[in-house]
Amino acid sequence: MCRGGNAPRENWVAGEDAYLEAQEGKPMGRWARVTGVLAAGIVAFALATGPAPSEEKLKVGFVYVGPVGDAGWTYAHDQGRKYLEAHNPNVQTAAVENVAEGADSERVFTDLARKGYGLIVGTSFGYMDAMVKVASEFPKVAFVHISGFKRAKNLMTAFGRIEQPRYLTGLVAGAMTKTHIIGYVAAHPIPEVVRGINAFTLGVRATDPKATVHVVWSNTWYDPAQEEQAAESLLSIGADVLTQHQDSPAVVQAAAAKGKYAIGYNSDMSKFGPKAFLTAAVWNWGPMYTLIVKQVEGGSFKGDDIWSGMDEGVVDIAPLGPMVPASVRSLVMAKRQAIIAGTFNELAGPIKDQSGTVRVPAGSALSDSAQLSMNWFVQGVVGQVPSK
Amino acid sequence: MSPITLAVLAAAVRAGTPVLFATLGEIFAERSGVLNLGVEGMMLVGALAGFVSTARTGNPWFGAVVAAAAGAGLGAVHAVLSVTLRANQVASGLALTIFGTGLSAFLGRGYVGVPGTGFQPTSFPVLGQLPAIGPVLFQQDPLVYLSYLAVPAAWYTLYRTRWGLQVRAVGESPEAADAMGVDVARLRFTCVVLGGTLAGLGGTFLSTAYTSMWIENMTAGRGWIAVALVIFAMWDPLRAAFGAYLFGGVNALQLHLQATGAGVPTYLLLMAPYAFTIVVLVLASQGAARRRLGAPAALSIPYTRTG
Repeated sequence: MCRGGNAPRENWVAGEDAYLEAQEGKPMGRWARVTGVLAAGIVAFALATGPAPSEEKLKVGFVYVGPVGDAGWTYAHDQGRKYLEAHNPNVQTAAVENVAEGADSERVFTDLARKGYGLIVGTSFGYMDAMVKVASEFPKVAFVHISGFKRAKNLMTAFGRIEQPRYLTGLVAGAMTKTHIIGYVAAHPIPEVVRGINAFTLGVRATDPKATVHVVWSNTWYDPAQEEQAAESLLSIGADVLTQHQDSPAVVQAAAAKGKYAIGYNSDMSKFGPKAFLTAAVWNWGPMYTLIVKQVEGGSFKGDDIWSGMDEGVVDIAPLGPMVPASVRSLVMAKRQAIIAGTFNELAGPIKDQSGTVRVPAGSALSDSAQLSMNWFVQGVVGQVPSK
Repeated sequence: MSPITLAVLAAAVRAGTPVLFATLGEIFAERSGVLNLGVEGMMLVGALAGFVSTARTGNPWFGAVVAAAAGAGLGAVHAVLSVTLRANQVASGLALTIFGTGLSAFLGRGYVGVPGTGFQPTSFPVLGQLPAIGPVLFQQDPLVYLSYLAVPAAWYTLYRTRWGLQVRAVGESPEAADAMGVDVARLRFTCVVLGGTLAGLGGTFLSTAYTSMWIENMTAGRGWIAVALVIFAMWDPLRAAFGAYLFGGVNALQLHLQATGAGVPTYLLLMAPYAFTIVVLVLASQGAARRRLGAPAALSIPYTRTG
């Protein structure tokens, strides 16, 4: 995957050191604190010694919570960074990996702002307060916070409507299942994940009203063996299509090993099971980053909230596998067009919850604020939201 | 038994195997008196080495040998620091975990997201056809069969061979063993390297048998579970197998309960083996009970010959 590529070399090396030093959430928490400071220092040093960019280019800095090698979330953002560099010759980008949320991130954001970065992107929810603080100290620098909700004049929040492609992948799953049992390996019980399960299930029930979506929480973002085991448990109860919310392709591999189908997430995972891989809900940050850079260049950047959908290309589905019949293909493409055109809302009523109570009446749709706090499952989901 | 019960039990064995290898290795190290908290790091390096050499040659057995060698190499680093140089074993072990995590992440960069090959489950001749026992124990990966051999072999070595007696003697009273003419440093060195070898095998199980992929930090704390399991098993290989399958089984059970939609709270179930480990840990910290539980008396104390 990413082996440095066109990124400024120094920063990758810094990221590497940071990773060696700043392991978060491991049993040696105290070491991580100490070394986290060290890591921030190394990053600052690397940025200071990097090649001086030509003055007229806009410098765009990306701050990642994980390694670009995570094959999922951070990888997708880094693809967006590369897209931006390829599509706009007037920008120069740099990325800092493995920046822990909290005080360490504040130092990294401050450093980037001091170094003359005109646009700084933070891609983790936990950067929120640090970004608010640094943004107030550097009013001339534009900040973008992915997935947050606190804004300022020079701090924008941005996210994507991944529920749209989730719904489309649900249509595919419902059409391909023969046992009417679909397995969903879920990550952590937060509204974002719950929303994904619900949108997917609504899609499934549109093509197979008899189907149920069985949810297993792995309580991980990132543990291939645990995710594989969760997938196995779903296969053992008769699921013949699996999908997932985690970053690794373990679920796709598990389904492929048993000759069943799988739907991926984050990026096209077809190479991990060409015969199993139906499609995936994918992120495509490049167009959004390009758009935001245009705003900064044109002076129109302000503290907006962007929640873009498929119409702007931020989210989409991966190409459908060859086993998907033409009739399903045309149905999915028609719905995709309708969502892009704005004539179809996948979260429009009537929507019933698991107990059969109508939560969203016909004629209305689930509001954005209701989506952001969603903690209940729609009809057709088998499983529980553990917090309830 | 119902197919789902059998699936849970088979999953328990599969999930327990990587931890079991690492636990057996750590038992040898600790029995000789050396605490090695670098298991996580050794497993990760083993996982990467196994994945890469399997991907290059297409032969997972070759991958397993390379993984074992890589784990042994990292084990040797700990041995040099803690046995030869008599460094603090806790610090050296933690450093090894941080080092192994970073090293595997760095060297493994180009292998993330590359589909690999690996071991395939193969039904064991005759035994695989038995009802119940077959699907649970004998329709697994070859590395699982290897672990079936490793457990009794480890037990026999520790309790029935002269070398095993020396290992236990060195862990209990290095002075006495030294006086009897046992080379304490050499024996401890060997045990730590053996521990690394087995941790490397556990790692390659994750990257070439459980899944066939490499992702940074893919052990996700299993090395630490192995360290805890040594205490849970009270430094005994047979109890280690029971413990590893129990830890694996509890997790497999809660996943299957979720899949079937049974509305039971699974957190308590997940917590149970750890709670028991804490109880053993508390008991093991009391002098008299410690002896009865089998904690090596000289554990984590560097040996210096006096007089």
